[in-house]
Amino acid sequence: MAELVDSFYQSVPSFDESQPPALSPEERSRLLAAFYPDYRPEGKATLKVGANKGMVVPQELANILESRSRIPAPRSLPDQPDHDVDILVIGGGGAGITAALFASMEGRSVLLATKLRVGDSNTVMAEGGIQAALGEGDSPVEHFRDTFRGGHGENDAALLSVLVGEGPEMVEWLVSRGILFDRDMQGGLSLRKGGGTSRPRLISAKDYTGLELVRVLKEDLMNAPVEILEFSPAVELVSGPDGSCAGAVLYDLDSRKNVYVKARTVILSTGGAGRLHLGGFATSNHFGATADGLTMAYRMGLPLVHPESFQFHPTGVIFPSEMAGMLITEAVRGAGARMYNRHGRRFVNELETRDVVASAIIRECAEGRGVETPSGDRGVFLDLVAIDRDSGEGTVAKRFPNIVKLMNRHHVDPTKRPILVYPTLHYQNGGVKADARTRTSIFGLLVAGEVSGGLHGTNRLMGNSLLELFVFGRRAALEAVALSRDRPTFSWKETTLSHIDRFESELAKALPTQDLPIAPVLFPDYRRKDA
Amino acid sequence: METQKNETGPMVRVSINGREYSVPQGSTMVQAMWYTGHEVIHGIGCLGGVCGACATVYRMEGDFRLRNALACQTLVAEGMSFSMLDSYPIQRAHYDVAALTDPKEELFTFYPESATCRNCNACTEVCPQGIDVRDAVWRANFGDFKAVADLTMSCVMCGLCVSRCIAEMAPHEIALYARRAYGAKELPFPPNLRQRLDEIHSGAFSGELKRLEGLSSAELKKECEVKS
Repeated sequence: MAELVDSFYQSVPSFDESQPPALSPEERSRLLAAFYPDYRPEGKATLKVGANKGMVVPQELANILESRSRIPAPRSLPDQPDHDVDILVIGGGGAGITAALFASMEGRSVLLATKLRVGDSNTVMAEGGIQAALGEGDSPVEHFRDTFRGGHGENDAALLSVLVGEGPEMVEWLVSRGILFDRDMQGGLSLRKGGGTSRPRLISAKDYTGLELVRVLKEDLMNAPVEILEFSPAVELVSGPDGSCAGAVLYDLDSRKNVYVKARTVILSTGGAGRLHLGGFATSNHFGATADGLTMAYRMGLPLVHPESFQFHPTGVIFPSEMAGMLITEAVRGAGARMYNRHGRRFVNELETRDVVASAIIRECAEGRGVETPSGDRGVFLDLVAIDRDSGEGTVAKRFPNIVKLMNRHHVDPTKRPILVYPTLHYQNGGVKADARTRTSIFGLLVAGEVSGGLHGTNRLMGNSLLELFVFGRRAALEAVALSRDRPTFSWKETTLSHIDRFESELAKALPTQDLPIAPVLFPDYRRKDA
Repeated sequence: METQKNETGPMVRVSINGREYSVPQGSTMVQAMWYTGHEVIHGIGCLGGVCGACATVYRMEGDFRLRNALACQTLVAEGMSFSMLDSYPIQRAHYDVAALTDPKEELFTFYPESATCRNCNACTEVCPQGIDVRDAVWRANFGDFKAVADLTMSCVMCGLCVSRCIAEMAPHEIALYARRAYGAKELPFPPNLRQRLDEIHSGAFSGELKRLEGLSSAELKKECEVKS
């Protein structure tokens, strides 16, 4: 494979470092409208059923929202649940781990169920960092303004105010647990610059930020009084008295049996949707990111906010092809990396917001200025060599050791060769609607993390998703503790799966002729079809 | 990373869990398993080389040596035999990092086996991240937790070091303990965070945040200079 890589790199153009063209607000809007996948008409479907009926969303998302249950009709529940707990946390990524940890401190019984192992999530893959307004001349107010501007003013201001106001306290908690964030000369947390922000505000652990967070918090969770069920994804929520949520049905991937959980409060923290491969895009997401939480919540009648909005991260690797989708953190652009088209020209300011940069790359490739790979894909060059030249030899290796390690495994030394990139499906901007206490419109059901919506508007800024996990993971735990204490006692006999029957009868009326898919899909299937 | 390769290109012979297959050159080990119809659940996590789920043992034809790798990051080659090690049993210490009083001594309470390293270097040779694991274990024993942190920051907790350790310790867990103790107990609390927390606790920003929250959507867009 080394020969293939070497021959590809023989035809790299010389790079012209002149400034890229500046964009007026009007040009920015036109660029987004013409090239950003969210705003394109192709590959979309209008929802016919459910709380978001009439909205236009990606076809792949419509397929899992307007889907049939994995539990066939007629549906009944067993006489007794397999587990009876105060708080059920669904999902073992950053939000779920945080929620379970804080809930367990308050003496309630907590069960955490997750699809793969605890920590197998998009959180562990986060490279760049967490936003926390710690710099001189910075403040939570500036953080609010930047995020609201970056989200095109579609953000829920109440959620955003909580995020920026409580963020530094959550960073304090992380530091106290022994998370090793990079430090500056004075021993303070090093602050880096991300796209779309007015101040350097990213704190990071080299480019292993998510890994460092998960390693540490997973150890705390394993040592906490929390019951853990791995390889046990939730496949349905359970209805309780008066349309409330009263637990969930899990599916044990090894025994292939359903596991029934009665819970006084459920925290849904199932993460994102990248493995649905919207629009055929590669993804930076982990293997289980199939939007199961959206499926289950929508079936129960919950509305989604901005379900049409996804983040296509500008710089996913596109060559060598076995690495397709892997992310190159935005922090490299914050540090001075530049992008070039096949003519060796810069085409956009590298620190525009993610959606603008992604649109510009798609435009270059669509208009014939992309670089073709041996397998026929197209991309643009992301050149990290400039970082070492500007900031000193060894800067890339020191700050981005993970990228250097991963790329070198595939014969691309990023301190010498530019990386070929194309946008990769990265984040679900919207999600289940919730208030600042993480409550949904269904009593007993809370949401936290990527599955929730509203906070980021229609474009998320780098570093706000990690922050969200801790701020709202903790809030969900506190709300769940209070709710599970105060909620009137109910019996398992009062629980049903009737919301599924109701949803499927609506589906039958609205889409009578269609053979509908079954969801949650749990995993993508990449096996060769005739293997 | 996910797309299946087509059969038009060159193929290589591999053995997966003891059975022979022909798979496209340029596939990772995980892609080769998909290509041959395996449903891989245990052993896959991030597919991006950081979660440590896909620890794998392999051997090349004509070479007696056992090698190790992460299956999502390693390309198959002619004559390769491999099996995934979905999970390696380990014993993890129960401790609260905030309650440590003498972390360097307490290492030997939680992981007494860490002092029994026999210097064979097998852990270092096996590490798919290229970490000098042996050195890290010794630095931990000598209480140089900062060095442990510098040496092991890229650890993905795959546990391959445990699989080779003749003293049967879990070096990745020992390193995690040392890093955490260093971060929570040795490093001073960051002054810039302290200052911002003090300002937050004195209510310096709450009034302005409340005002922003109270604005209408149109007012807020104007105030925050929303452009598009």
